[in-house]
Amino acid sequence: MKVERRIISVIVQNEHSVLARITGLFAARGYNIETLTVAPIPDSNMSRLTMETRGNVRVIEQIIKQLHKLIPTYKVIEHEEMIEKEMVMMKFPINESLSNIQALCQAYNGGIANVSSQHIITMVADEPKRVKHFIEAAQRFHPVEIVRGGVVAMERE
Amino acid sequence: MEMTGAQMVIEAMKLEGVDTVFGYPGGAIMNVYDEIYKQHDFKHILTRHEQAAVHAAEGYARATGKVGVAFVTSGPGFTNAVTGLATAYMDSIPLVVISGQVPITLIGTDAFQEIDATGISRSCTKHNYLVRSAKELPLILKEAFFIASSGRPGPVHVDIPKDVTAELAWFDYPTRVDIPTYRPTTKGNVRQIKKASEAICNAKRPVFYLGGGVIHSNSADLVRKFVEITQIPAVETLMARGTLRHDNPLLLGMVGMHGTYQANMAMSETDLMIALGPRFDDRVTGKLSEFAKHAKIIHVDIDPSSIGKLVDVDYPIVGDLKEVLEVMITKVKEHIDPDRYQSWREILKRYNEIHPLKYEDSDKVLKPQWVIERVGELLGEDAVITTDVGQHQMWTAQFYPFTYPRQLITSGGLGTMGFGFPAAMGVKRSRPEKISVNFTGDGSILMNIQELVTAVESRLPVINIILNNHYLGMVRQWQTFFYDKRYAETDLSFQPDFVRLAEACGGIGYRVETKEEFDEALKDAVEKKVVAMIDVIIDREENVLPMVPSGGTLYNMMLEFKE
Ligand SMILES: Cc1ncc(C[n+]2csc(CCOP(=O)(O)OP(=O)(O)O)c2C)c(N)n1
Ligand SMILES: [Mg+2]
Repeated sequence: MKVERRIISVIVQNEHSVLARITGLFAARGYNIETLTVAPIPDSNMSRLTMETRGNVRVIEQIIKQLHKLIPTYKVIEHEEMIEKEMVMMKFPINESLSNIQALCQAYNGGIANVSSQHIITMVADEPKRVKHFIEAAQRFHPVEIVRGGVVAMERE
Repeated sequence: MEMTGAQMVIEAMKLEGVDTVFGYPGGAIMNVYDEIYKQHDFKHILTRHEQAAVHAAEGYARATGKVGVAFVTSGPGFTNAVTGLATAYMDSIPLVVISGQVPITLIGTDAFQEIDATGISRSCTKHNYLVRSAKELPLILKEAFFIASSGRPGPVHVDIPKDVTAELAWFDYPTRVDIPTYRPTTKGNVRQIKKASEAICNAKRPVFYLGGGVIHSNSADLVRKFVEITQIPAVETLMARGTLRHDNPLLLGMVGMHGTYQANMAMSETDLMIALGPRFDDRVTGKLSEFAKHAKIIHVDIDPSSIGKLVDVDYPIVGDLKEVLEVMITKVKEHIDPDRYQSWREILKRYNEIHPLKYEDSDKVLKPQWVIERVGELLGEDAVITTDVGQHQMWTAQFYPFTYPRQLITSGGLGTMGFGFPAAMGVKRSRPEKISVNFTGDGSILMNIQELVTAVESRLPVINIILNNHYLGMVRQWQTFFYDKRYAETDLSFQPDFVRLAEACGGIGYRVETKEEFDEALKDAVEKKVVAMIDVIIDREENVLPMVPSGGTLYNMMLEFKE
């Protein structure tokens, strides 16, 4: 069976150890988590987790069912038609060209986040594939640090 | 009313109709035990090990379908209980297990007898709670009982810090619960049921594959009716034994690794498998790629994650088996022609004639199968049977004449040695009118032997029948078959004197080597109504057959062992 990449969002009750339940489930059943993003949903007692995972059809189906089976799980969204974004921050030495870096960031929906006496910090939020390309393109400015966030996703409609 | 957390626990038990709690005290749960001392609503049975407390609660739950309850203290009390939780989890048994915890103020400090109990129980419970304050307690306890007993049942663990048991709060026990994130589907999809019903009427070689879900959903009566109307043959998993009477001609016997030849052949040659509440365990399916190769599959289960987990299903139906069967039976009834399966039934009958379940009896040495059949003849439906794990467990499942659901109580999914005796105490407690018989092994019985004391003290006259082969027999059998008889650490020739051991604890012991001695011992134990240990010396080398070697295919059974 073919292994595919899937983005799944889970809406859970905000309660003690709910995150441990989810990561524990993945660990116990040998499922993959590539990225994981968690934050409370405003004005509610729920949180939203967005996870990027990999598996064949049967595994993905089990992941969804098992997530659903957890008592604090309110909803599992198996994204099909979605907008997905990922964020990355990169740090460059101050002696690299600020204007070239800025131009590159702008091409990827981002910009300069901070400039100090030592470093330039940039921030880009874009589709995961484009973020990957951005990181590749930025290599020639000799980045000293890269921090990627997990994927977040929203259904188109 | 305002009360302490400890008092709330007691009140909740009362309101949930709990009549028995099995448990063991300790520092962190002393406030609760102090309240137990003051009350008369339920009986507390002091087991001599926390594992036994949970198994006893399981025995209670398995025999009745009611929620079993156990109390343990923090740290080692809780860790001792984990095997019980895992056993119940694997077999979907409703339990509420309450553990003490160090005070909230000490959590996370590696305090004396502190362990991350909910962290440990997370993967072997249906759900668990760490209680943060007494005011949360009424709702948590209500939810615990509700979650344990609804949907796919399972154990729920509630960890209560000591300061919470002392804290005062308002007690208002909810009469009902509604958990927005937990709403099991009970009503099956009608269109899907209709399609499945049509498939049943159009099949040529259908077979019922009955699993533990039949027992949990109390659907055995409906299943009996369904089988009767359709005249479709049925196999039972270990967990479903007793769904059909043993003498029902449509019952093909147990399926799987030690199932009957006809049951396994039916599963291999069927064109429509009607799976009612089983979970396609590897001990049943054998090699998956060969399993039910020619069949369409109907799978009814209350747990969606059970459906399609291992095998692709053509007619998935999520719902409570009872509700689904009620609809399905009326639909099938309209169109069914039981005669169309006549030639299929005859094929299976032929299979059984060629390779029936059998053993070779002997005059020289007792055969375990004879002992089990004999108990069946003498006690029959008066006995509720528990087992430990090993060869004796499989022989019991094969040879005891079960006549009703919940008559066999055994650790199926986890296969926990040491389960049988404490579970039998729970059975006796919940069904005092029955004779509680535990078929056990010389290995297994020692894993909770201390319960002799509990059973005698609490007047729970369990009859333990040790099928004594002086081996860890099941492991020895695998060594014989697959490891050239290298008997690594399975010889149990060195043994305690079980008769004196029983007597030392206030029970009664018998050692038997002949059929006459066995009959006498059993009769005596039944009459005396005391905790008994019948040490039955059996043929050491007897094997459980037939057998599907693990990873093998169901249609390729080892029918006998040739040197
Ligand atoms: C707690 C536990 N430890 C180990 C095992 C592995 N095991 C399965 S059957 C068995 C042998 C049981 O021996 P006995 O109770 O004498 O039963 P017999 O097979 O001889 O009938 C063992 C060790 C187990 N199932 N449970
Ligand atoms: Mg043995």
